[in-house]
Amino acid sequence: MLKVDRIYKVFNPGTVNQKIALRDVSIQMEEGDFVTLIGGNGAGKSTLLNCVAGVYGVDKGTINIAGTDVTKLPEHKRATMLGRVFQNPMMGTASDMILEENLALALRRGQPRGLKWGITNKERETYRQILSHLDLGLEDRLHTKVGLLSGGQRQAITLLMATIKKPKLLLLDEHTAALDPKTAERVLSMTDQLINENNLTVMMVTHNMRDAIKFGNRLLMMHDGRIILDIKGDEKKKLTVESLLKRFGAASGEEFTYDRTLLS
Amino acid sequence: MLEIIKGAVSLGLLWAMMTIGVYISYRILAIADLTVEGSITLGAAIAAQAITIGLNPYIATGISLLGGMAAGLVTGLLHTKLRIPALLSGILTMIALYSINLRVLGKASLSLLRMETVYTVFERLGLEFSWAVIVLGFLSVSIVICFLYWFFGTEIGCAIRATGNNPNMVRAQGINTNTMIIIGLVISNGLVALSGALIAQNQTFADVQMGTGSIVIGLASVIIGEVLFGKRNYFLRLTSLAMGAITYRIIIAFVLKLGMHSNDLKLFTAITVAIALALPIIKDYLNPPKITVEEGE
Repeated sequence: MLKVDRIYKVFNPGTVNQKIALRDVSIQMEEGDFVTLIGGNGAGKSTLLNCVAGVYGVDKGTINIAGTDVTKLPEHKRATMLGRVFQNPMMGTASDMILEENLALALRRGQPRGLKWGITNKERETYRQILSHLDLGLEDRLHTKVGLLSGGQRQAITLLMATIKKPKLLLLDEHTAALDPKTAERVLSMTDQLINENNLTVMMVTHNMRDAIKFGNRLLMMHDGRIILDIKGDEKKKLTVESLLKRFGAASGEEFTYDRTLLS
Repeated sequence: MLEIIKGAVSLGLLWAMMTIGVYISYRILAIADLTVEGSITLGAAIAAQAITIGLNPYIATGISLLGGMAAGLVTGLLHTKLRIPALLSGILTMIALYSINLRVLGKASLSLLRMETVYTVFERLGLEFSWAVIVLGFLSVSIVICFLYWFFGTEIGCAIRATGNNPNMVRAQGINTNTMIIIGLVISNGLVALSGALIAQNQTFADVQMGTGSIVIGLASVIIGEVLFGKRNYFLRLTSLAMGAITYRIIIAFVLKLGMHSNDLKLFTAITVAIALALPIIKDYLNPPKITVEEGE
């Protein structure tokens, strides 16, 4: 479903601020894979996700999504195959527009947009059903400006928007990091539910080792622009935070230092 | 007195299209587009020259609309394809239009005195000139508002509104934000040029300087409309822009009547807009927001 082949990404090349964010990264994901991606600050997790999404171009290597070479495709063209949720809850929705308008924009992802009405009455009923299924009390707030909703609600809506049109690949970029622990947990369990119901292929960046172990069928760990651990199957099921920390030390030759991770 | 208000209303209706154009770039796309200073004159210049060479005034006005759209297209391309910051893109097109407008006019000012204009048809129906302007102005504004109400409800229209609000999200939904910005600027400047064409035919001349400061007048009208007439739903919000443009003209007519020199008008307008834009900060300063701590937060 996703084939990343030996990509490199360098920021500010040729200057004193040069930073090699990705070095020779390759990943192959099958349909239905749920990969959790973990690593310290500056390891390259978000850069990798952004390269897949097309926010940045890569300097070397190729990216293939569902059989299409997307290496040269701009962000909005790749978006037809992707669902994305960002770390910042403000980033996934248009705050000045009402809830149903946001959902309607997402429902048309991948379709040519013309001069037909932006929302039809038939859709409104669908939105109400989907929202009541989420149990966030949002089904009666279709006409509320999204900016007036809480971070958790906005993140839940973004998640819904990312999956309302089944994406080939769902990219979650630390999407619960900006939420309080209780809300983060709710959004995460909702994420899991949506992924299972729709049988989605997912790449989830997280800073939380416990979440990275608990969710998904495969765990990738990044360090200094490289993937240093790839744990899947039964091996992943047996993983604990301690064993993961030990394996990180062995693979990178460093101790895992990332305060947010250690604290959580 | 009645004459003053009638004059203000007719002028306000003609400027309403310009106000709506400024609203599209400034509020919907969140871009301060200075192109409008050039495209309002472009609209006036094209209409004046086309009428002078004998074209039907309605066709002349139509060409003005297209000219304004082309100006918007240039700014849009400069901003999106060449990645020049929006403000600078607008300034570049505005400056370029100054020369183009002089070319179109052939001289600094072109008179339309005793020539047939879009208002002549209504005069032939027995209307006094100022009423003809009001009737045609009202008709045009109504058509523009209805068109935009429909347009911003369509799929493309929704995508344009979202682009000004959160371009990241819009790209993530598979929409080309560059195209949306260009479409918005094209419509915006088209309306501004249309406004320019109607204004020129009303004042019976087109002048290369007539656009100077028009962005500020547009902004003032947008803000007055929003403050005084609210924005409960989308149709009312568009209508409030026209009301804002008319109110602005009435205010100006009154301060002139009270003895302000017309040379000071632009200073007056600029100060008004600066105060209006600073209003939220001034409010916070005079009345610091109370912080309430809720239990369980």
